[in-house]
Amino acid sequence: MKHLYRKLAKPVTVAVLLLGTAIALNAQTQLLNVSYDPTREFYEEYNRLFAQHWKATTGQDVVINQSHGGSGKQARAVIEGLEADVVTLALAYDIDAIAQNGLLEKDWQSKLPNNSTPYTSTIVLLVRKGNPLHIRDWDDLIRPGVKVITPNPKTSGGARWNYLAAWGYALRKSGNNEQSARDFMKKLYGNVPVLDSGARGSTTTFVQRGVGDVLIAWENEALLALKEFGSDKFEIVIPSATILAEPPVAVVDKVAHQHGTEKVAHAYLEYLYSPEAQDLAAKYFYRPRLKAIADKYANVFPKVNTFTVLEGCGGWQNAQAKHFSDGGTFDQIYGK
Amino acid sequence: MIYLTAIVLIPLAAILLHASRQGFMGFLHTVTAPRVLASYRVTLGSAGVAALLSAVFGMLLAWVLARYDFPGKRVVDALVDLPFALPTAVAGISLTALYTEQGWIGRYLEPHGIHVAFTPVGIVLAMSFVGFPFVVRSVQPVLEDLDPAMEEAAASLGANVWQRFTRVIAPVAFPALLTGTALAFARAAGEYGSVIFIAGNMPMKTEITTLLIVTKLEEYDYSGAAAIAGAMLALSFSIMLLVNLLQWWGQRREGNRT
Repeated sequence: MKHLYRKLAKPVTVAVLLLGTAIALNAQTQLLNVSYDPTREFYEEYNRLFAQHWKATTGQDVVINQSHGGSGKQARAVIEGLEADVVTLALAYDIDAIAQNGLLEKDWQSKLPNNSTPYTSTIVLLVRKGNPLHIRDWDDLIRPGVKVITPNPKTSGGARWNYLAAWGYALRKSGNNEQSARDFMKKLYGNVPVLDSGARGSTTTFVQRGVGDVLIAWENEALLALKEFGSDKFEIVIPSATILAEPPVAVVDKVAHQHGTEKVAHAYLEYLYSPEAQDLAAKYFYRPRLKAIADKYANVFPKVNTFTVLEGCGGWQNAQAKHFSDGGTFDQIYGK
Repeated sequence: MIYLTAIVLIPLAAILLHASRQGFMGFLHTVTAPRVLASYRVTLGSAGVAALLSAVFGMLLAWVLARYDFPGKRVVDALVDLPFALPTAVAGISLTALYTEQGWIGRYLEPHGIHVAFTPVGIVLAMSFVGFPFVVRSVQPVLEDLDPAMEEAAASLGANVWQRFTRVIAPVAFPALLTGTALAFARAAGEYGSVIFIAGNMPMKTEITTLLIVTKLEEYDYSGAAAIAGAMLALSFSIMLLVNLLQWWGQRREGNRT
């Protein structure tokens, strides 16, 4: 036994020292922002901006760590114990799921302005240059022979926005006739040759693999594709009506309370509504909420006729139960 | 033993515990839903074809590596292990890039009406890629142990290549080949990363069972995911049992021979 202690002495000492250093480092305020995939670049820059702002106003240093992945997967990680002080996800449904596990209050979405969404986006259609198939609106996507690329709404939060945009359009057009909206969706997904598991996967399929005639995408992803692959290859088509995509943000109360970071976490999210942060969001192709900044970028973001999830589908809980749960309208499309 | 418990047994117990939460009828309902049944067909069917392909080409490759010397043999030998080492997502993305209609290979196949990416053919391709090293690595040592003199003796007695293969090599290598093929099948059936990119993931058509597990998780349906995982687990166990039986049978045959 004695021999064993001697053997263990060294590694244990090292471990204790390391732990000590870690605790010492922790004395500096740290925040963990758990977000979804396409916000990576935006938050990298925003974190620097906020750290400067926090230092200038309070004199304290703050280090912000970020974690990115599929929105649903990220929410699950937080539920299972990833200690996020704040979450900035793709859809309210995922933050609702975290709230149902008691990590934040159920009315979280009323705590910040604009449904707790400091920036928005919308769902648009990306087509190949010259728009060879003359795609102008959602109706063109159900024409026979048009190949539509969109990810699987069961595995991708982003794809649920796509689905609801098309559903909301079909419902409005038919004067709230659900059966005809269902038929519309069946024809639409009948034109989908591949269902990627995530939104970025679909963008790759369409942009890099050259599969399909039209990609249903978030506007910020579509604008990014134009920027990265050249506007000589693709065009954005804005449909006559589409959904207002609201990716919300929230402080995870329980974690922030444990970390003692409530104040800085709230400030971190509130500062997203500042002119500086709104300008930054616009640079990364998210539509700013602040009118002055939105006007400045009016040439980037054309006017769209949008409806919200609440108007189009009665909110996320309803939408999820009706469309994406087991046996919902999406499953019915592929059923017999 | 502790290691095995921590790494294998505890997670398995957790799956069973989660799956049991919805009760037996709920479990049965989940694992026999039409979409889930369709995914078993796709997964097991593709894995079966992939395992057969792996068996044929793995056996050939093992034979070549065991019997012949040629320049670059070591490189080929090392390449066989590549699918073990390569992150499967990388394999999946590369295969997809090659076989879509604008890919290096796909652009020559598509005009002839051969669709690989986003069809079951693509699934088989990805599964063969991850499966064939199991066959090679199972069969190769057996063939290397086999005295070439036996083949030469057969040849001197007038046996042609085909007869030498079926009468001399195959009987010895057969148990190892079966083991390797079963392993390749098990691996293919549980594969996620490499298949997901090339499959197209169309419900009822090209949706594999492992994707359905992820789908259930995405719906925060933990017990549903665990139920399907449990069904896959039962399958893996049966395959492992089969592999062990085969090995036991192989050893007994060896024993009888000597």
